[in-house]
Amino acid sequence: MSEVKEENIQASTPEPIIQLENLSVSYRLPSERIGTFKEYAIRKLQRKIKITKFWALTDISLQVNKGEVFGLIGNNGAGKSTMLKVISKVLKPTKGRVVVYGKIAPLLELGAGFHPELSGRENIFLNGALLGYSRSEMESVFDEIVEFSELEQFINSPVRTYSSGMFARLGFAVATAHMPEILILDEILSVGDEAFQRKCNLRMKNFQQAGATVLMVSHALDMLEGMCNRIAWIDHGKTQKIGEPQEVISAYRGENL
Amino acid sequence: MASTSKPVYDSASYRVSAISELKELGKYRYLLGQLIRRDILTRYKRSVLGVAWTMLNPLGTMLILTFVFSNFFKSEVLHYPVYILSGLLVWNFFSQGTNAAISGLVWGGSLLKRIYIPSSVFGVSAIGTALVNLVLSLVPLVIVMLVDGAPFYLSMLFLPVSILLVTAFTLGFGLFISSLAVFFPDVAEMYQVLLTAWLYLTPIIYPESLISARWLPFYKINPMYWMVKMFRLPIFEGRLPNWQEFLPAFGWAVGMLLVGWIYFTSKTEEYAYRV
Ligand SMILES: Nc1ncnc2c1ncn2[C@@H]1O[C@H](COP(=O)(O)OP(=O)(O)OP(=O)(O)O)[C@@H](O)[C@H]1O
Ligand SMILES: [Mg+2]
Repeated sequence: MSEVKEENIQASTPEPIIQLENLSVSYRLPSERIGTFKEYAIRKLQRKIKITKFWALTDISLQVNKGEVFGLIGNNGAGKSTMLKVISKVLKPTKGRVVVYGKIAPLLELGAGFHPELSGRENIFLNGALLGYSRSEMESVFDEIVEFSELEQFINSPVRTYSSGMFARLGFAVATAHMPEILILDEILSVGDEAFQRKCNLRMKNFQQAGATVLMVSHALDMLEGMCNRIAWIDHGKTQKIGEPQEVISAYRGENL
Repeated sequence: MASTSKPVYDSASYRVSAISELKELGKYRYLLGQLIRRDILTRYKRSVLGVAWTMLNPLGTMLILTFVFSNFFKSEVLHYPVYILSGLLVWNFFSQGTNAAISGLVWGGSLLKRIYIPSSVFGVSAIGTALVNLVLSLVPLVIVMLVDGAPFYLSMLFLPVSILLVTAFTLGFGLFISSLAVFFPDVAEMYQVLLTAWLYLTPIIYPESLISARWLPFYKINPMYWMVKMFRLPIFEGRLPNWQEFLPAFGWAVGMLLVGWIYFTSKTEEYAYRV
């Protein structure tokens, strides 16, 4: 009897793909940053080096399941980007633990890896390499990237001649050319014109149907409500609420009236 | 409850070490090639003469120095232009490479904050770019040797070994200094002063014979003294280095590479917090 019950729970328990256990992250406070070597030497002699910590995240525990579109909301400086960085191996947690069961594709802050003097074509390969792809992996999706970003005409011009929307299209097209197991988006989808936004949303839906997990941060609450399965509200580095999109968003809106 | 599949990333067991960083660099070798390509392409993209500058640049410096100093040193050194250029090549490689390692990590820092990239890729690609330039600058050397009527020796076949040694040394030093520059921004400034002093403390422009015997032991503490020797002996003196000359160069190269790599990787986890 009890065995059957346990099996049932097993079957209905979603499979975790990202687990945060009591995660805390602290930065050094900028005012305490020792800017110069001379300063360091003097302070070291005077034994005056003290490090003030700023806790950007404190004691966060949450789990993102396989195939979910998971949203993160919160005020500026709440710690959302920090959380994404810890998950994508950029920052090592100060305390606690992060476990990730899948390959992550982080979306670069748009154009961060682009070189203005290089052509769109050259930047596609450079950007792909920054995301960890190999030459053959990039060659196999090159045409698709150009087509998706609708930049056929401009692909041989240096990207310094691109508009910011064109930048964004190219960045999104490169980062999502290969379907990752986990896609991380930090305030990305708000750029580009409406037609392109629809295209992005469609691609994300396709990813989700194919079993990918999406973790996204956005201040566009209505869009999140439409897309996400669950949402977490982060406030001053702590989780305020996790659950149904509508519930969490209205609680968040209520607080910020 | 917990998934039975093996995690791709577990912060509890993740630790950057000298060995793990080497493996990551291997995985990102395509990026390495792309960064070198980018640096070489963009440096000259909007210039008329393009990559030819890589060769004209040392040639120009050499001409100026030769013009200025040949009256002083002509009697001391037979083929002075060849003497100066063979030393200058090594020096330019070292100073360009280490400076590019610093600016590469600072530039790369803006990416390291956003996505995961093995941080050593920026320093290694900086030295890679400098290495391409070094090989290209052998062309003006040959031209100068032809014009000056200097002999070509069989010992020049030793040059690949010399290049390997100075590359290892420069990479080690570049990683070390760029790591320091992340923590203390004024290190980059101080390094320019150090480089100038270092250049004059190495017999590159002036002949070694001008150094008095009393001071020579102090000059030999300088690793660049030995690196320059690895080029001068086969190009200029037409002989292979003997063991007493080779071993210090080899020791500095391997030692600096190990120290630089281990120091750099021991700090890797902090870069994203600091840049
Ligand atoms: N490199 C850093 N050094 C020191 N403090 C930092 C650093 N990066 C972020 N912080 C601080 O950590 C806190 C959280 O920052 P984070 O970027 O995670 O916020 P966020 O929720 O993404 O905000 P936004 O909605 O504005 O993007 C902020 O108070 C910020 O000042
Ligand atoms: Mg943010």
